[in-house]
Amino acid sequence: MNIIIVLISISLTIALIFLGVFYWNLKSGQYEDTYTPSVRMLFDDKPKASSSTDKKA
Amino acid sequence: MEIETEQQQAVQTKCFHCGQDCEETHWLDEKVFCCYGCKTVYEILNANNLCEYYKLDDRAGISMRQAHDEDFAFLDESDIRKKLISFDSDTFAKITFTIPAIHCVSCIWLLENLKKIETGVIHSEVNFTRKIVTIDFNPQSVKLSRLAGVLKSIGYAPQITLESKEKKNPVLTNALIFKLALAGFCFGNVMLFSFPEYLGLDETDPLLIRIFSFLNLILATPVFFYSGFDYLRSAAASFKQKQINIDVPIAAGLIALFFRSAYDIIANTGPGYLDSFTGLVFFLLIGRWFQSKTYESLAFDRDFKSYFPLAVQRLDGDAWKPVIIYDLKPTDRIQIRNMEIIPTDSTLVDDYAFIDYSFVTGESKPVKAKQGDKIYAGGRLIGQPINLIVEKSTSQSHLTSLWNNPVFGKVNESKYKKIIDRAARRFTWIVLGVAAVTAVYWQLTDASQMWLVLTSVLMVACPCALALAAPFTYGNMLRVFGRNQFYLKNSDVIERLAAIDAVVFDKTGTVTHGDKPEVEFIGKLSDEEQAIVKKLTSASTHPLSTIIAASILKSSRESISEFKEIPGQGIQGTIHQKFIRIGSPSFVGVMPLSDPQGSIVFVSINHEVIGYYHIRTSLRKNIKGMINRLGNKIDALLSGDRDTDASLLRKMFSPFTFLFFNQSPHDKLDYVKNLQLNGRKVLMVGDGLNDSGALKQSDVGIAVTDHAGIFTPACDGILNGEKLGSLDKFMALAKSATQILKVAFVISFLYNGVALGFAVSGHLTPLVAAILMPLSSISVVGFSAVAVNFVANKKLK
Repeated sequence: MNIIIVLISISLTIALIFLGVFYWNLKSGQYEDTYTPSVRMLFDDKPKASSSTDKKA
Repeated sequence: MEIETEQQQAVQTKCFHCGQDCEETHWLDEKVFCCYGCKTVYEILNANNLCEYYKLDDRAGISMRQAHDEDFAFLDESDIRKKLISFDSDTFAKITFTIPAIHCVSCIWLLENLKKIETGVIHSEVNFTRKIVTIDFNPQSVKLSRLAGVLKSIGYAPQITLESKEKKNPVLTNALIFKLALAGFCFGNVMLFSFPEYLGLDETDPLLIRIFSFLNLILATPVFFYSGFDYLRSAAASFKQKQINIDVPIAAGLIALFFRSAYDIIANTGPGYLDSFTGLVFFLLIGRWFQSKTYESLAFDRDFKSYFPLAVQRLDGDAWKPVIIYDLKPTDRIQIRNMEIIPTDSTLVDDYAFIDYSFVTGESKPVKAKQGDKIYAGGRLIGQPINLIVEKSTSQSHLTSLWNNPVFGKVNESKYKKIIDRAARRFTWIVLGVAAVTAVYWQLTDASQMWLVLTSVLMVACPCALALAAPFTYGNMLRVFGRNQFYLKNSDVIERLAAIDAVVFDKTGTVTHGDKPEVEFIGKLSDEEQAIVKKLTSASTHPLSTIIAASILKSSRESISEFKEIPGQGIQGTIHQKFIRIGSPSFVGVMPLSDPQGSIVFVSINHEVIGYYHIRTSLRKNIKGMINRLGNKIDALLSGDRDTDASLLRKMFSPFTFLFFNQSPHDKLDYVKNLQLNGRKVLMVGDGLNDSGALKQSDVGIAVTDHAGIFTPACDGILNGEKLGSLDKFMALAKSATQILKVAFVISFLYNGVALGFAVSGHLTPLVAAILMPLSSISVVGFSAVAVNFVANKKLK
């Protein structure tokens, strides 16, 4: 039965990591504009600077 | 018939840039342009190798016909600059512009390639939903004013207001989303760890069960103290005010669930109800999130300041310098240019000027002011630039006095006792009653079980489904309205809209088109003559000339000689050996018409009167049906205009509708207030600054606009002008929403009743709670979604 305890702690840890990642995404403003990036990636001639969403603070 | 074929021809030539029909044609690179402005934009884009713009979206270009001169020199003033720029250093600065014209993929592409047009730009990034562009630039190689100028030159004039700087609180919505995410995360995991319980594996390994229970408790703790904390706080606040709102029974339920479960787990008396508890919080937060939908690119809270220009040119010594309008002092000399708004009460220095007060008073005809006349703030100059002497500072002007009315200071919501709170109050008393009776009964029969049963009663009494019914029903309705171009400030407005029993309309811009009058020529004009009339009227800045010129789709390449404008009379000139006079009856030499409705402009060619233009207010299409259906509910039409259209309007409205003319903004506000004093619930429909007092005072104020994103006064909702004909349907839908909500309440009460039955009799096991509580939430949410969409489909078809 000990194996279940090990498995559960692994699964919980992974789940918590994902929750943390979600929190990080939310903070960095990834959900503020959900339309423009979808269009931007299709432009042939892309502006050379990389996405700067996370620079905003 | 002739006119029809002409229009068809016109349809065929569309401007290469803006895609609109061409009245005149300008050619470049074998492409047609409707105006000089559109052609210039094409030239700029072509020169910078940016013609990809036209491939991405067919109708990308923004028509430059309406564009007017705007000087951004004031942006370089250090005070203004500081307020606008979010980051500033010697070689790097960051600014965010709001650009209402952003509307398609091409816009994004062009604005993000801004650095190809202007070398000082380092990087630019568009946020489409909020219609903003963030530009990183080098302040040493490009000035802020130049940046704004470049944007304007390609059709994306930034809208600059110092007031709009304070952003909507994204932190708050982010917090809500994370609370929701955390609750969802814990809900899922708690359910997982409760599986052994559901499947009845209790006896196999007691240690494992203990571990699962404690894990559940650990997971539920942040849900109680973080995700659900708002409910506890709100309940405490309403307790202090001795009022019961919906959060009180919810908080009682959450507390009962959490602490009873914690007790069960720690004392090892049972597995607790933490799956139900986390599920409840999760569903409650979904409801809250669903309700928080806002239209980010629309502004519902503008006050007069947003209407004014930020800065004007003031004479400093002998040079004109830009100055912020709040710094204007009496006796300052300022210059106003065509289509600019006069920022403060002042006197005219030049001989004469035409001022369009339609925004302030609703008066549709521009007023002619003579030298020394007082010109009021809010008027828009039409024609040549003028000089003015400031009389009062901006904050003391005639117009801004409206905003000193107490109505602008108070919060709107407090007037309403929401349905949900009324229901919650009754509900709470019933639950307390049941709990008391149950407690007494169990005390007498089996005292050891009393506390368990009592907490069970409080637990199931948590009106989660009740709390979900309103956000989902109104939230869904809000989305349905939004799809039909009726944008409400928040979902509370629907509840108020349902209670409306008196409708008050504004005239100019609401019932009528403010800027698109109906022009009809009585008499006969050949194509060539029409073209000549257009040529001549285009040369004049008189408002009537502008209207006539805009109504003619022909153009002539002849030039005018001996052009003369006689103020108050008309215009004359010679084109292609024809001497033309356009103007008043006496100017062309005929008797004035008796009883003219609207404005009459005569045309004579070679001293022979050909006929006259009849310029009338044009009513919006499709509103007649709506007015008939609303019938006596329409209490009044308040117009700031003169009563020239009275007979026309009289025919349209029910005989019980009052028509009032020459109404000042204050009159309108007072009228609405009086109706409310008589116990009526008033819906005000208006469009301009002159209605803003009435819009604010009314129970529901709706602003009508033809271009979303353009100036609308503070209001509860913004309605696209084309959809005004469906106003009655929207009102009916709001009523239906309230009925749907009531049915949802009944469903929710049924579940609570069943659950109470289990609780009172002492049969509420964790399993029963885990099934019953989410089921009630989901069925209420599902019902309201289906019902709202069904009703909306039926009524808006």
